[in-house]
Amino acid sequence: MMHILKNRILKGVVTKHIQSELSEEIETTGLELKSLIQKKFGRSLHIREVDTGSCGACESEIISANNPIYDLQRFGISFVASPRHADALLVTGPVSKNMLIALRKTYEAMPEPKFVITCGDCALDGGLFKGSYYVEGAVKDILLVALHIPGCPPSPLSIIQVLLEFLRKETLR
Amino acid sequence: MDSSELISGIKKKLPDFNALSASQNYPDEICIKVTQQIFKDTCHALYKMFSFPVMMFFALDERKERGRFVINSVFLDFRSAKWFIVSADIPQENPCFDSLAKSMHSASLFEREIREMFGIEPKDSPDLRRLNLHDEVWPFGSYPLRKDFKAAEGGDVRDYKFGRVDGEGVFEVPVGPVHAGIIGPGHFRFSVAGEPIINLELRLGFTHRGVEKLFEGKAYSGAIRLSECISGDSSFAHSLAFTHALEKISGVSIFAQVAYLRGVFLELERMYNHVNDIGGIAIDVGFSFPAAYASIIKEAILQLNEKLSGNRYLKNVNILGGVLADIDEAKKQILLDSLKNLKQDFKELAKMLYSSVSFMDRVDATGVLRRKTAEDLGVVGLAGRASGIPIDLRKHFSWVYKEAKFKIAIQESGDVLARLRIRIFEFEESCRLIEEFVGKLSIDGKIRVSAILKEGSALGYAEGWRGPVLYWLKTDSAGLIERCKIVDPSFHNWQALSYAVLGEIIPDFPLCNKSFDLSYSGNDL
Repeated sequence: MMHILKNRILKGVVTKHIQSELSEEIETTGLELKSLIQKKFGRSLHIREVDTGSCGACESEIISANNPIYDLQRFGISFVASPRHADALLVTGPVSKNMLIALRKTYEAMPEPKFVITCGDCALDGGLFKGSYYVEGAVKDILLVALHIPGCPPSPLSIIQVLLEFLRKETLR
Repeated sequence: MDSSELISGIKKKLPDFNALSASQNYPDEICIKVTQQIFKDTCHALYKMFSFPVMMFFALDERKERGRFVINSVFLDFRSAKWFIVSADIPQENPCFDSLAKSMHSASLFEREIREMFGIEPKDSPDLRRLNLHDEVWPFGSYPLRKDFKAAEGGDVRDYKFGRVDGEGVFEVPVGPVHAGIIGPGHFRFSVAGEPIINLELRLGFTHRGVEKLFEGKAYSGAIRLSECISGDSSFAHSLAFTHALEKISGVSIFAQVAYLRGVFLELERMYNHVNDIGGIAIDVGFSFPAAYASIIKEAILQLNEKLSGNRYLKNVNILGGVLADIDEAKKQILLDSLKNLKQDFKELAKMLYSSVSFMDRVDATGVLRRKTAEDLGVVGLAGRASGIPIDLRKHFSWVYKEAKFKIAIQESGDVLARLRIRIFEFEESCRLIEEFVGKLSIDGKIRVSAILKEGSALGYAEGWRGPVLYWLKTDSAGLIERCKIVDPSFHNWQALSYAVLGEIIPDFPLCNKSFDLSYSGNDL
C-alpha cells in the first residue's frame, strides 16, 4: 500500500492539458461542453463500441483516449458495456459479413434517442479491405451515420477533438 | 540438416519412403515433394522426428496453369534452424487428401480452412465444420480462394452446430460476438455445472475480411501496407515477416544497419503490448492503480514510436530491402532517455503486482495450460514458453539477437502467473536488447538496398510479441503476388484457451483470456 501511495504521489497528475497541444482551445471547449452534455444527455454521454472486423488498432486508440493522459471521461463522455446504456454507437472496421447481424442487433438494442459514429478509415468505406468478397463496406450504407472520425488509426487526440467539436455543434443546435 | 539427411531421417520412420524431388532454395528452407498417397505419412514422420507440431498447412490453386491443386505443410526444426516444406499435388477431379488431424491434432484447424476455402476434402477428418465462412451467411459450395471464384452463389445457408454438453444441472452461457469491453468480436459458449467451466467452445471468424484473397494480384508495395493491417497490435511483426519473404525471393541481403533498426522496432512493439497486457491482467482482477500505471507506460512507448518512426503503431517502416525510418544521433538520445524512464517505471509496476498478496493469489495456479496439451495443440510463442516449450525464433534464426546474447524467457507452470512472468522478463530483456542494437548503429549507415521482386516462393517469419508470425509467399513473373498464406500465432493459440479455463469459474475467464491476449483479426484474416 505504501508503495502504491509513493508512486501515486511521485507520478502526480499526468493528464494532458489538450489546449497546449493544439491551437484550438479544446480543453476549455471540453469543459464548457461538459455542462451542455449534462443538459442534453442527462449528465453524460454514453458510447457503446462495436468492432465489425477492425485490425484492433482503432480499439487500442479508443482505449488510449480513456487512459489517464487523455482522460476522455473528464468531459462527461464514457464507454459502456451494454448497448442498453448507450446514447451513441461507435463502429470500427469494414463490416465483415459475419458481423452484419450483430451490428444491427446492437443498434436495435439501444434506446432512443441514439446516433452512430464511425471510427477509422475501414469503417468509412472498407478502407484497405474494400472490394473483398467478405466485406460489406461502408457502415453508412447499413446505418445512418452522424459522424466519422478519420485516421488509420485515428490518434487519441483526434478522437477527442472530432468528438468534442461534433458534440458542441450538436448541443448548441 | 540438409535434404539428404532429411530423407534418410524419414526413411528410418518410413522404410518405403520415396521423395519425388528435394531441393534447398534458401539456406533455412528445404522443400520435398511427395505423392498424394504418402503425404500424410511423411508429415507424420516429420512430426515425430522434430517432436514439433505443424506450423503451417495450406493449399494453392494451380488448376489453370498445371491442372492441379497443391498442398504444403511446413515444419520447424529449431535445433538445426531450418524449415521443412512438404508438398504434394492434388488432382483437380475429386480433390481430397488423407486427413492428418487424427494423429496430429495441430493440423485440424488448417484442414478445416483448406476445406472451406478450396473445397479440397480431408478424408476421415474428425471435424469438418467451417471456420471463417459462417454457415448463416455464406452458401455451401462457394470456395473463395479458388482462382476462378467470382462471387458467392447459390447453395444453402444454415445454422451452426455447437458442441453440447448434456446432463443434469449443466447449463450454457453464451457470450459475444459483441463483448462488454472495447475489444474484437468472438463467440464463447461456456458449459458450466455449478461454478466451474466444464467446456468452452470458441467460435471465431467474425472479423474475417478475406485478406489472403486481397493479397492476390497485388504489387508488393501495396501488399506491405495491407500486411500492417492484419493485426493492428502486431503491425511491425507482420510487415517484417512479409518483407522477409519478399527479400528472400528477390535474393537481396539487407544492411546490418537495417537489421539493427528492425530489431529496435520489433522490441518496441513487444514492449508496448506486454505492458498493455500486464495492465489488462491487473484490471481483470480489479486492481486499477497498476492498470492505470501500465497505460501511462504504454502511452509513453507509443509516443516514442511516433517520434522515431512517425507512426504510433510502427506502420510505414518496412519496405523491400530496408526501412524508411533511420535513428540518427538526436533520435538515439531520445530513445535512450526514454528507455531509462521506462525501465524505472516498469520496475515499480512489477513491484506493485508482485508485492500484492491478493493479486498473486488470483493469478497463481489460475488458467493452467499443461505442456502436453500445449504441444498437442501446437501452441507457440509466449503462451508456449509459459508452458515450458523453449521456442523463440529470435534465438534460433536471427544473427543480431545471437550477437546481443539474447536470453529466452521460460516458465514451466503454464498458469496466468507464468504468462505474466514471461512478459515481465521479456520487457526487461527488450530494453537491454534495444540498448545493444542502438549501440551498434552507425551514423551514416545505409538503410535501403534496391531490389527487384522476381518469380519465386519463400517463407518469411518474425517472432512477434505473441509468437512466430509466418508468411508463405508465391509471386509470378511480373512480380505480383500469386498466393500469400498468413499464420498469426493466435491461430495456433486460441484453442489453448478453451483448455486453460477448464475447471476455472466464469469470472476468471477474462483473466485467463487476457493472459493469452490473442488477436481476433489475426486469427480470422
